[in-house]
Amino acid sequence: MQILEKHKILEKNATLLLIFSFIVVTIGGLVQITPLFYLENTIEKVEGVRPYTPLELAGRDVYVREGCYVCHSQMIRPMRDEVERYGHYSLAAESMYDHPFQWGSKRTGPDLARVGGRYSDEWHLDHLRDPQSVVPESIMPQYGHLMNRIIGPEYVQDRVETDALVGVPYSDEMIMASVEDFRAQADPNADAEGLQERYPGAQQRNFDRQPQLTEMDALIAYLQVLGTMVDFSAFEPDASR
Amino acid sequence: MADSDKDKPVDPHLDPTNPDNRLSVQRRAADSEHAAKILGEIPERSRPDQPVAPRMRKKAGKGLVKEVGSTGHEWDGITEYDNPMPRWWLWTFYATIIWAVGYMVAYPAVPLVNRATQGLLGTDYRQEVAAEIERFDQANAAIQTRLAEVELAEIPADSELLNYATNAGGAIFRTWCAQCHGSGAGGARGYPNLLDNDWLWGGTLEDIHLTLQHGIRDPKDGDTRYSEMPHFGTDGILDRAQIDQVVNHVLSLSDQPHEAGKAAAGAQVFADNCAACHMEDGTGDRTQGAPNLADAVWLYGDDHATLTRIVSEGPFGVMPAWNTRLSEAEIRAVATYVHGLGGGE
Repeated sequence: MQILEKHKILEKNATLLLIFSFIVVTIGGLVQITPLFYLENTIEKVEGVRPYTPLELAGRDVYVREGCYVCHSQMIRPMRDEVERYGHYSLAAESMYDHPFQWGSKRTGPDLARVGGRYSDEWHLDHLRDPQSVVPESIMPQYGHLMNRIIGPEYVQDRVETDALVGVPYSDEMIMASVEDFRAQADPNADAEGLQERYPGAQQRNFDRQPQLTEMDALIAYLQVLGTMVDFSAFEPDASR
Repeated sequence: MADSDKDKPVDPHLDPTNPDNRLSVQRRAADSEHAAKILGEIPERSRPDQPVAPRMRKKAGKGLVKEVGSTGHEWDGITEYDNPMPRWWLWTFYATIIWAVGYMVAYPAVPLVNRATQGLLGTDYRQEVAAEIERFDQANAAIQTRLAEVELAEIPADSELLNYATNAGGAIFRTWCAQCHGSGAGGARGYPNLLDNDWLWGGTLEDIHLTLQHGIRDPKDGDTRYSEMPHFGTDGILDRAQIDQVVNHVLSLSDQPHEAGKAAAGAQVFADNCAACHMEDGTGDRTQGAPNLADAVWLYGDDHATLTRIVSEGPFGVMPAWNTRLSEAEIRAVATYVHGLGGGE
């Protein structure tokens, strides 16, 4: 076994071992990842999915910061029990503007992929402040402090630009208007024409019923848009995917 | 010099004659003996790391036995036996390799130019779940079609429909409605109890059905049931004193402790601002979802502070429209279930 004798060179030299391990892992990674970039059927094109509005994006950051993903997944699997409970199974396209995506299989709490519109803002307020007041058997902690945390607009444009940088199709116009859209979405009296044009279907109202724009506004705006972008009455799933 | 060396007292800790040092003296002796053994008895190998072939040797009572060979790896005189892998482990390992090849042929696996190989079995999660849903839909199709087509009023009269609707509706209620109305439909603060006779928008089967279809104050449904109580405090319609008076008047309507003087003054405020929806006597108006203020059932609470907040900020309870998530038959099933919980009219 001449080749095995040669292999001892790698086993006895730490640097060489490191280099060759890296090469092996790289090949393995490329084989798995590269096809996803060119295979046309990886992500089907779906009508209706749009980038998040600046307010929803801020809410998403609150969601990630508070670790909601530790207990809640955002991925309805194609199984009858899940479809019955949560709605149509998730499509890859619905997470295509998520950086990072919120898929998962650990569900201490229910899946949130289609929580948008399922409950009223008032319910989300009650539930986030004191989950047990509406669901006595819940073990979710309280997030009432979000109502006291006012978000200023100073980082909003940077945030949108960052997502644009990693490939989310925010136009220059969207980036320039991001602060305006951020404020408008949580203000029921603001002129929403621009917001609607840039983000079709964006819901505009005072989400936390307080005059200030807080993290609670942002989080509820985000929760209320989850899973609502695709109109499944018109969606025909590609059978072999 | 020599004299002084001799005269120097010996360190009692190192003195070999000290009986307390007996153990360390013995240990040192054993160490040096062991070192000599290794140096002398283990021969220098011409080429290290050469496997040593198994040898035969005599073993008491067993005759000649084959001794396990060595890999040739050696550390300080300790060599490594060249024992084979356990057979069960090895065969399991081979089996997994064969299984993997079979799996790659049977299931979608290898990415090619346009798409991945689809596998000989032709499995597809989407088709599987669609087929399973179809199977259950087929099984329920006959009764669901009938449920969706008959007149609402006929459902409670038809025992087969009633039985199906109550059970299916209960399952749907526990999936979609229990988060607000409670798993036992007892409601919570701000979310109506569905077990009692007190209804905001009506408790007949038709009323419940309409509420389920279009929701209450759902911003995304044009036909939703809508009304909005003014924010008497935050919008500056009433001042604090007037709110205090009207709250006392409301408390007096349901015979709760109140200040009679303020309540008397509040009667006029109530007549001017509240009676249009809640009626002169405070019994409410179901066409506007205005609750009865003269009974003992309270959605948000009956204490002075809660009533003050409600009058001041205005409540805005929202229920989503369900016609976008549930089928007509499912909505009718839930309506029948809720109607049969005890409060149905």
